[in-house]
Amino acid sequence: MNIPMSFYIILSLIMFFCGIYGFITRKNLIAMLMSLELILNAVNINFAVFNRFLFPGQMEGMFFTLFIIGVAAAETALAIAIIINVFRSADKIEADELKKMKY
Amino acid sequence: MDTNLLIALIILLIPAFNFLLLGLCGVKLSHKAAGIIGTTGLGIATILSYVSAFNYFLGYGKVDGVYKALSGSFQWLAFSDTLHIDLGLYLDPISIMMLVVISTVSFMVHLYSNGYMHGERGFQRYYAFLSLFTFSMLGLVVATNIFQMYIFWELVGVSSYLLIGFYYTKASAVLAAKKAFIVTRFADLGMLLGILVLSYYTDTFDFDILNSTGFQEGLKSVGATFMGASVFTWATALIFIGGAGKSAMLPLHIWLPDAMEGPTPVSALIHAATMVVAGVYLVARLFPFYFNITPEVLTGIAYIGALTSLYAAVVACAQTDIKRVLAFSTISQIAYMMVALGVSKLGGHDGLGYMASMFHLFTHAFFKACLFLCAGAVIHTIGSNEMDKMGNLRKYMPITHITFLIACLAIAGIPPFSGFFSKDEILVAAFEDDKILFFCQWFVAGLTAFYMFRLYYGIFWGENKNYGEHTPHEAPLNMTLPLIILAALTCVTGFLPFSELVTSDGAAFEIHTEWIVAIPSVLVGVCGIAVATLMYKSKSTVPDKITNSIKGFYVAAKNRFYFDEVYMFVTKKIIFKAICAPIAWFDRHIIDGFMDFQAWWSNALSYRIRGFQSGSLQTYIGVFITSILVISAIIIAYVFI
Amino acid sequence: MDIAASDIIFYILAFVIAVSSVLTVTSKKLLHSAVYLLFTLLATAGIYFELNYHFLAAVQISVYIGGILVLLVFSIVLTSKVGEKMDTASVCKAAITALLVILGALFCGYIINTYLPDVKMAPAQQEVDMNTIGNSLLGTGRFEYILPFEAISVLLLACIIGGILIAKNNKKKEGEEE
Repeated sequence: MNIPMSFYIILSLIMFFCGIYGFITRKNLIAMLMSLELILNAVNINFAVFNRFLFPGQMEGMFFTLFIIGVAAAETALAIAIIINVFRSADKIEADELKKMKY
Repeated sequence: MDTNLLIALIILLIPAFNFLLLGLCGVKLSHKAAGIIGTTGLGIATILSYVSAFNYFLGYGKVDGVYKALSGSFQWLAFSDTLHIDLGLYLDPISIMMLVVISTVSFMVHLYSNGYMHGERGFQRYYAFLSLFTFSMLGLVVATNIFQMYIFWELVGVSSYLLIGFYYTKASAVLAAKKAFIVTRFADLGMLLGILVLSYYTDTFDFDILNSTGFQEGLKSVGATFMGASVFTWATALIFIGGAGKSAMLPLHIWLPDAMEGPTPVSALIHAATMVVAGVYLVARLFPFYFNITPEVLTGIAYIGALTSLYAAVVACAQTDIKRVLAFSTISQIAYMMVALGVSKLGGHDGLGYMASMFHLFTHAFFKACLFLCAGAVIHTIGSNEMDKMGNLRKYMPITHITFLIACLAIAGIPPFSGFFSKDEILVAAFEDDKILFFCQWFVAGLTAFYMFRLYYGIFWGENKNYGEHTPHEAPLNMTLPLIILAALTCVTGFLPFSELVTSDGAAFEIHTEWIVAIPSVLVGVCGIAVATLMYKSKSTVPDKITNSIKGFYVAAKNRFYFDEVYMFVTKKIIFKAICAPIAWFDRHIIDGFMDFQAWWSNALSYRIRGFQSGSLQTYIGVFITSILVISAIIIAYVFI
Repeated sequence: MDIAASDIIFYILAFVIAVSSVLTVTSKKLLHSAVYLLFTLLATAGIYFELNYHFLAAVQISVYIGGILVLLVFSIVLTSKVGEKMDTASVCKAAITALLVILGALFCGYIINTYLPDVKMAPAQQEVDMNTIGNSLLGTGRFEYILPFEAISVLLLACIIGGILIAKNNKKKEGEEE
């Protein structure tokens, strides 16, 4: 139990920036969604870690994490519904494809 | 509102209404309907103008033996307490006389055009423009102030432009219309400047005030001068430039001969009888002001008039296009009126020139309209303007022949036709004032007789020309009827007691025939006719011999003494090349270049910026993250370090 | 300083998370990405265990791995062909993004390193028991979360309805079963 808090934070930092990288560079919508999950996960870890290390007697961080997981589940389900729909009409799930929806 | 003013207003509104009706719904109407609407409207206006003339001269106009002006107006634009532009109606002897002249000639032309323009494309448009012109000309003569006059003055210019360019598919007509518009526009600039200067120093636009003696006394104390001349001299001279432009005085006459590209009835209405005398009318309208404040300008007007009349008469002798001959004779006759105004004095018998000028304007309108309409009938049947193509037409067109002859005799000043009386008065006025002018005008009278009869013989006598299968024939009734009416008017208008009706101060005076003037003037007219008869009645070699002996002069006259060439040289070579071209270059490259540059860089920049709003979520995220990093770096750097 | 077993577990988890995160976003094949994501999520659950949040770890596994990831794999299978490689971003774009990401990470790491208080985990942390969690979630008092809980449930309901609508909307056109 000698791991300092900054180790955890740096771990979530790596995860977070991996998510950012993936979100920017990926073209496939599902891959972008997965990057998003990474970002959310990093945030979750932060919440849990801060809660545990800084405010051990309370549970706000944990509950936020719980809610974020709930929202993420909802969001992912909806996003996948949309992606499937896009795939049906365009036969592709590249982000570029969605530009056409602007017009 | 006064009934008489109401009548005048109705006279004005009928053509305006016709213009709107024909202009807006003309396409829907048949040719016949358009002709009937236009002609009937003008007929009513003519009758009303006779009614108002009758009421004025025999009724309300005369107060204590003097004709007073009747006016009514409302304020339109106020610049200061005294300086304001009004719109209104001003009825006095000359405006009433002009109403009669304009509506009569316009009615004749409307009637005549039914036949002349029969089946032409744009017939309704033609009538709409004619109505517009009539409206603006009527508005011009009843203007209560010089600015209202200027408004209608420009409207007249526009309708003249539209009618000259009526055959807008013909390049020469378009050019002529442009030329007329630009030249008169140029002159009108002078007029506008004059109006501005005048109103600046007198603080009024109103004719009534400008012409009142008491007001003029007050102006004598205004000592402002510019370049050695009083501001009023400048103002009236500039205003006269406007008048000279419209009335085709030297050197602004160049547009009038070209204006003959328009349909002939238009030439009769606008470029012979009404619009071109607007300049004379303008000077007459401001005559007391001219005479009392700036008599030197009046003298200048007289000499310009004399020069113009001589020039135009000489040029007319050498022209072969019959409409051009008539155009130059118009210039010459208008110059006559200008001379008469220039030599006139104010009041009583001294104002003979003023009266003579108006009288000549009145009679000239009828006989010149008659001449033009006859020429129109001839052109209509021959299909050409050139005298070479005509000959011996008296056999084919007896009515035209007789009416043309009457009008010719009138313009040549042979009694008892109207021209004699008015021209005689002008010569008397010139004789009493300035002998040089008198001899000049006397000589011009002879030339006038000569070239008119040269024209007459050229058209109606001589040999049959090759007319092909299409033999000339008399014009239809709706064309000959106006000719007959105008010829009849030419015969009788000379006997009108003009000196009792239209005078410089409103009071009647007696005129008596000056035999010392009348006899030589008739003699010179007869001489002119005789010479023309000898030379042109039957084929003779005399004209060729004479032209050969003065070949250089003849060619110069035929080319109108190269006025157009001089203008072309000045405009094209000097103004365009030396002034306009560098300015255009500056405009295109420096000013436009600057604007283009601005447009270019904002365009280029926008192209770059446009990329920012790509709609691509990933780019947004990238920018978003970068910005957050930069901003937090700044905050960290400033707050914590 | 002795190294406890839990520390070793942390380093292993951290290594797994770091590597599989990177692989998740760089792998050419979508299904491989999903598998790496699975490892990341599993390791995250491990971190939660490490932090004594057992309930959170359970939720992470059941919702994330059991729900979301399965859904993802399901949609991957639906939308891609066997062995298909993904289009990758241009090298330029990838390089710029990588630079940005590395700079950002360094910057954040610097901040963490400089400003974060170096706190050690409080010893002998008890895990939060289910009773407390349940009472807190459904309570209305201070530090109790009935309102967000209900909001989440409404949101989930809305998502269900939305999902159905989206999935159904062009049934007429294609009549395809999802």
